[in-house]
Amino acid sequence: MHTLTAIAAALPTGVPAATIGPAGDTDLVGAGVFLVAPLLIGVPLLSAAILLVLGRRTDRWGHWLGVLASAASFVAAAVAFFALLGRPSDQRVIDVNLGDWIDAGGFVLHAGIRVDPLSMTFVLLVTFVGSLIHVYSVAYMEHDTDRRRFFAYLNLFVAAMLTLVLANSYLLLFFGWEGVGLASYLLIGFWNHNTPYAVAAKKAFVANRVGDVGLVIALGLMFAHFGGVDFRTVLSAKPDQGVATAIGLMLLLAACGKSAQFPLQSWLGDAMAGPTPVSALIHAATMVTAGVYLIVRSAPIFDAAPDAQLVVVIVGAITLLFGAIVGCAKDDIKKALAASTMSQIGYMVLAAGLGPIGYAFAIFHLVTHGFFKAGMFLGAGSVMHGMDDQVDMRHFGGLGRYMKITYFTFMAGWLAILGIPPFSGFFSKDKIIEAAFVPQDGQDWRAWVFGGVALIGAGITAFYMSRLFFMTFEGQKRWSTRRDGTDQHPHEAPALMTWPMIVLAVGSVLCGLVLSLGGRFVDWLEPVTGHVEEHDAVLPTWALPVLTLAAVIVGLVLAWRRYAVSTVPVVPPVGTLLTRAARVDLYQDSVNNGLLVEPGKHLTRSLVYADRAGVDGTVVGVSRLPVGLGELTRKIQTGFVRSYAASMLVGLVVLVAVVLAVQS
Amino acid sequence: MSLVNYLVLSAILFSVGATTVLLRRNAIIVFMGVELMLNASNLALVTFSRMHGNLTGQVLAFFVMVVAAAEVVVGLAVIIAIFRTRKSASVDDVNLLKS
Repeated sequence: MHTLTAIAAALPTGVPAATIGPAGDTDLVGAGVFLVAPLLIGVPLLSAAILLVLGRRTDRWGHWLGVLASAASFVAAAVAFFALLGRPSDQRVIDVNLGDWIDAGGFVLHAGIRVDPLSMTFVLLVTFVGSLIHVYSVAYMEHDTDRRRFFAYLNLFVAAMLTLVLANSYLLLFFGWEGVGLASYLLIGFWNHNTPYAVAAKKAFVANRVGDVGLVIALGLMFAHFGGVDFRTVLSAKPDQGVATAIGLMLLLAACGKSAQFPLQSWLGDAMAGPTPVSALIHAATMVTAGVYLIVRSAPIFDAAPDAQLVVVIVGAITLLFGAIVGCAKDDIKKALAASTMSQIGYMVLAAGLGPIGYAFAIFHLVTHGFFKAGMFLGAGSVMHGMDDQVDMRHFGGLGRYMKITYFTFMAGWLAILGIPPFSGFFSKDKIIEAAFVPQDGQDWRAWVFGGVALIGAGITAFYMSRLFFMTFEGQKRWSTRRDGTDQHPHEAPALMTWPMIVLAVGSVLCGLVLSLGGRFVDWLEPVTGHVEEHDAVLPTWALPVLTLAAVIVGLVLAWRRYAVSTVPVVPPVGTLLTRAARVDLYQDSVNNGLLVEPGKHLTRSLVYADRAGVDGTVVGVSRLPVGLGELTRKIQTGFVRSYAASMLVGLVVLVAVVLAVQS
Repeated sequence: MSLVNYLVLSAILFSVGATTVLLRRNAIIVFMGVELMLNASNLALVTFSRMHGNLTGQVLAFFVMVVAAAEVVVGLAVIIAIFRTRKSASVDDVNLLKS
């Protein structure tokens, strides 16, 4: 075991590609407090192992162990964060070396942890929101006999997610990447006795594997061209444009799989089969944003590949519209929120594709989104808790009077995602829209197209989120009966559930304002994302917030008229062509089915046929030859003594005749 | 009288014996056919001995008789064993080797 050593990279501010020095020019500042970094991963992992290995024996206290492990991780994260904050901003990239991982001839890879502003932002988000959701789950999963297993998986997820963001090489990142995929699979299919849920888990797993292929190919390309896969090597290499484009597109494929971006987005809606805290933590706040992390982390590669960046922006723009349109038609409260998550991550990916001007805003929106979306998912969980696990919003209505805390916390998240000042979404989303309106490479059309999409997306977001809010909390009661036939009695959730919601609501209100004061979040990320000069948008500075707000208010008012003032039909109306398409995810499943599944089935069938006819046929044919011969010859064996005697006699006569013929 | 007549008689006896073996079903009769064939060959051997003027053929004929005696002992025992189990002396009933 190698002794733990920490290497702090002295990193001047500026564009990362140019500044991360070779391994030689690092100063060996004592690792000190940053040695807590491995504990961040270790504690939840140990807790998960204990819960899984000891099994039912931990049923009584297992959930509290899970909460404790997550909270301990948060405390360690806070310690590391303040230590990092105490350093000058050009010394905030620290590699903690944990020893050799792979030592194969010329290829040496150290397992190590990178503590820098970007990874610490994620670590704080994951451990903080994660801990709150752990607490929430204690109450939410109270009546589930497998609560202990649930917490084991949650802890496993936290450990894997922290590995993903703290890794200092793409290979270790990949390890965490697969770990979160596994945890996501286990948690979506947590109630796997229900077949559709198990199928949903499998769908998520397979869609993620498609993306993972991209990451594996990217790893191979990095190794082939840069001779290494650690961040230090890869991000300081100056790849030519072709290599950078190839790697960038493969990384984008990986990001699409993990972050449910077009065209790999179809799994996210079905992933709502998992328990609601899982949807809040994994499928809203943290795991699905890993794709954005990957793109921002690989910034130097994307900066060297404008073509790949353009594809990233296009994918983000398509997904943000796609998610928004789907969100307008969904009646299932969780699926509507999932569509919204997809759409919001589309914003982040769009921002990340804009290059240095967008990286910090992508991460900023990611953080605020983590708060408000997790809060809203927990609110949805609270509604389901009070409404006997009903998820159809057409059977809600007027719930605001019965669950006050849920109502107000959800309202905070709703106003935040709409981008109403001074809620947090206003600060993060507006920045992305502004950045989208900045012309790239002097091409004005890009500013107009992508800026326009972002602006329209904001309007649609306002519409569908307001629709969701009004259908659930306002208007008339459209309640159906409970599953046992009695009337619904909506009630507020217990304190263990409401407090996490309150904390997240406070975050939804304040974190945008606090973090953007004096541009402090952007400054904080500067060691990773680089310093950016102000750019001029194609529209004047005052016009953009006004236009965005106008779009939001139009969406809000439309939703108010349709879903709060007028009666919402309990049976969904047939709707327009677009509505019907949006209800089935714009035929995404049918397209996947027709394009991939059916041809795949045909291919399999033909292969099976070729195997049976060709390979099996040959083998079986060869084996039939002796069998057939045997069939023919066995008729000679009659079992009659005299036929044997006759053949002997005939044989003898023939023999004698031959001998005589030869002799004469 | 020419010695060839003995050979002709031997051939006739051999043919009768062989035909008996091939055509009859009763194991005892088949057995008798076998004996007839052996004795036909003995007759031929003795005739050849006379023709060549040495005793080799006669000696061989004695060997055949000894072997035939042994064969009769074994063969009859087999026939009786079969008769006990099958209640039949027909060779067609003994067809276990049929596929």
